[in-house]
Amino acid sequence: MAKIKSLEELKQLREQFKSKVDLREKGDKMEKMIQIRVAMATCGIAAGARDVMNALVDEVSAQKLDNVVISQTGCMGYCYAEPTVEVTIPGKEPVVFGEVDKEKVKEIIEKYVKNGELLDGIIPVTHKTVDE
Amino acid sequence: MSKYKMHVLVCGGTGCLSSNSSQIVDNIKKYLKENGMENDVQVLKTGCFGFCEKGPIVKILPDNTFYVQVKPEDAEIIVKEHLVKGRKVERLLYKEPLTNKSIEDSKHMDFYKKQMRVALRNCGFIDPDNIDEYIARDGYQALGKALTEMTPETVIEEVKKSGLRGRGGGGFPTGLKWEFAHKNKADQKYVVCNADEGDPGAFMDRSILEGDPHSVVEAMAICGYAIGANKGLVYIRAEYPLAIQRLRNAIKSAREYGLLGKDILGTGFDFDIEIKYGAGAFVCGEETALIHSMEGGRGEPTTKPPFPAESGFWGKPTNVNNVETFANIPVILLKGADWFSSIGTEKSKGTKVFALAGKINNVGLIEVPMGTTLREVIFDIGGGIKNGKKFKAVQTGGPSGGCLTEKDLDTPIDFDNLLAKGSMMGSGGMIVMDEDDCMPSVAKFYLEFTEDESCGKCTPCRVGTKRLSEILTKITEGKGTMEDLQTLKTLSQTIKDTALCGLGQTAPNPVLSTIETFWDEYVAHVKEHRCPAGQCTALLQYKILEEKCIGCTACSRVCPVGAISGKVKSTHVIDQDKCIKCGACYDKCKFSAIVRQ
Repeated sequence: MAKIKSLEELKQLREQFKSKVDLREKGDKMEKMIQIRVAMATCGIAAGARDVMNALVDEVSAQKLDNVVISQTGCMGYCYAEPTVEVTIPGKEPVVFGEVDKEKVKEIIEKYVKNGELLDGIIPVTHKTVDE
Repeated sequence: MSKYKMHVLVCGGTGCLSSNSSQIVDNIKKYLKENGMENDVQVLKTGCFGFCEKGPIVKILPDNTFYVQVKPEDAEIIVKEHLVKGRKVERLLYKEPLTNKSIEDSKHMDFYKKQMRVALRNCGFIDPDNIDEYIARDGYQALGKALTEMTPETVIEEVKKSGLRGRGGGGFPTGLKWEFAHKNKADQKYVVCNADEGDPGAFMDRSILEGDPHSVVEAMAICGYAIGANKGLVYIRAEYPLAIQRLRNAIKSAREYGLLGKDILGTGFDFDIEIKYGAGAFVCGEETALIHSMEGGRGEPTTKPPFPAESGFWGKPTNVNNVETFANIPVILLKGADWFSSIGTEKSKGTKVFALAGKINNVGLIEVPMGTTLREVIFDIGGGIKNGKKFKAVQTGGPSGGCLTEKDLDTPIDFDNLLAKGSMMGSGGMIVMDEDDCMPSVAKFYLEFTEDESCGKCTPCRVGTKRLSEILTKITEGKGTMEDLQTLKTLSQTIKDTALCGLGQTAPNPVLSTIETFWDEYVAHVKEHRCPAGQCTALLQYKILEEKCIGCTACSRVCPVGAISGKVKSTHVIDQDKCIKCGACYDKCKFSAIVRQ
């Protein structure tokens, strides 16, 4: 380990390490975060949900979006449209996107997550969950 | 850049480790590997989450899922269901005791709702053995700020302005203490961290050192800069092996980064820390005794003045602060004195960590803003009394503290309020008692402790505590007299006025604070030879109810001393002179014919 020789270097190091606890910091103020959930049941994974998840993580970290949390969830029931991704912006109803691929990921982030613009590929909500 | 999509935090505090939490970590890692997810999920051991009652705790982020009482074999289902498929494992979720509803994330647990974590900010959040995670959470920034932007005087001014008071029990303003040490000129000064946590049932300091050791290391360096010391010492009891190991590791990695040692951050400031081990004597928590013990002498206190700030370790100016006090320092410098002093009450600022123990549902480690009431701590955070029993008293401040009762429940907790009520803040132990606890026995327990721990240097403490505990023993055996009760009071007062150090001066507190409030209970022991709580075995009486006894002879056969007589199918009788109150007959009787009074 190299010695830290100045406060500047310490600050740089902090930025570099920030990502280590980033996920936990976000979890701490979950209610203010934009939540992206990827359906990762067997069907989702078979349809490529893991690649989608990786693409989302890469995109979010590349763009340094610190108000976005990505997590995985079970089957959402839209098996005909896997991989599916649900985006919840605080204060808004969740929106589910179907047949997501790497290209779509960029579009979702660029349009919906950053600007709140809707785009093609939204699956109409078919059900409500019990705790709502 | 880390690609981890989920973090699994497993509690690595002493409590959870003893319930096998290391095995949980290993198993989770194993199953992750089997499922090809070892690069997607990070598993680490953190410090105490505070919810020791339901340990071992496993927390999954970012969704904040809080699993309780996890066993090593549960690792498989956590990985296969939650981590792979995103389905929470219902049976491991915490259930609210009142509603029996599962709580999915820690945000919604009553236990955490009223807490505010300042000293414990990183505890249960970061990996204590990884300095990088501490740095990511603004670690060592406060030290950097102090060294580059502040003078020692402005650092002291900031600490004074924050209103921080010593968390070890005394409640002396920390800034003032630093100022005294700063003003005394000497070729060598020392910063000492008092980690000799001695109150029975208290584990705040241990948990901080186990969960966030760097916060203490950083604060000691800041203190060194403020008072002009380049040497720090941590006095820690050898019976805290995990805390010692993590602290050593923290000091080692801070040295490797150059955050301890020569020319820290290129500012020309030198500071290093050494660990001194204590043998676990209660009196060594007193600062003069602690210093003597570090010098290799006997752990005996000396009169103050001279205060350690003038003549401490090897006769040099020394500043002694408690672990929790230090843990508050970095936050104060970063967020500012105004932020800190906005929390708490008029004279007690900030938060306080408490170790909840005794007959309470949520035994654990909590941190609340000063001014929170005892009722909120015991009933909202602590979840009330175990088994639906009635609350009787809460003991705060350890062996030097006192008992508070129902009428004090709405008192906002701070240094002065607790003193006014005849107890004290102490280091933060809180032992809750229910209707089954006998107060003279509680007082006896604490007196036996102080009698044991008295160093023997001054007579009031050495002989006084012995006499007090003898009288209490007499009372709990039903042999006390009314005169004894008076002696208890006057002797207590005398010890309080004449003992040399804090240990002796506060030793009679458990007597003084219970004898007034629970006078009737003391009198019942003396006059009626009866223990209302049914705890003093010597005063118990077992009796056979004539109408219920069917003469089955089960009791007389089980009695080890042959105290029960009677013919088959006729009522049996217990000979009180022979009875040793073992309770064997009581447990054996199938007809509830034997009663305990």
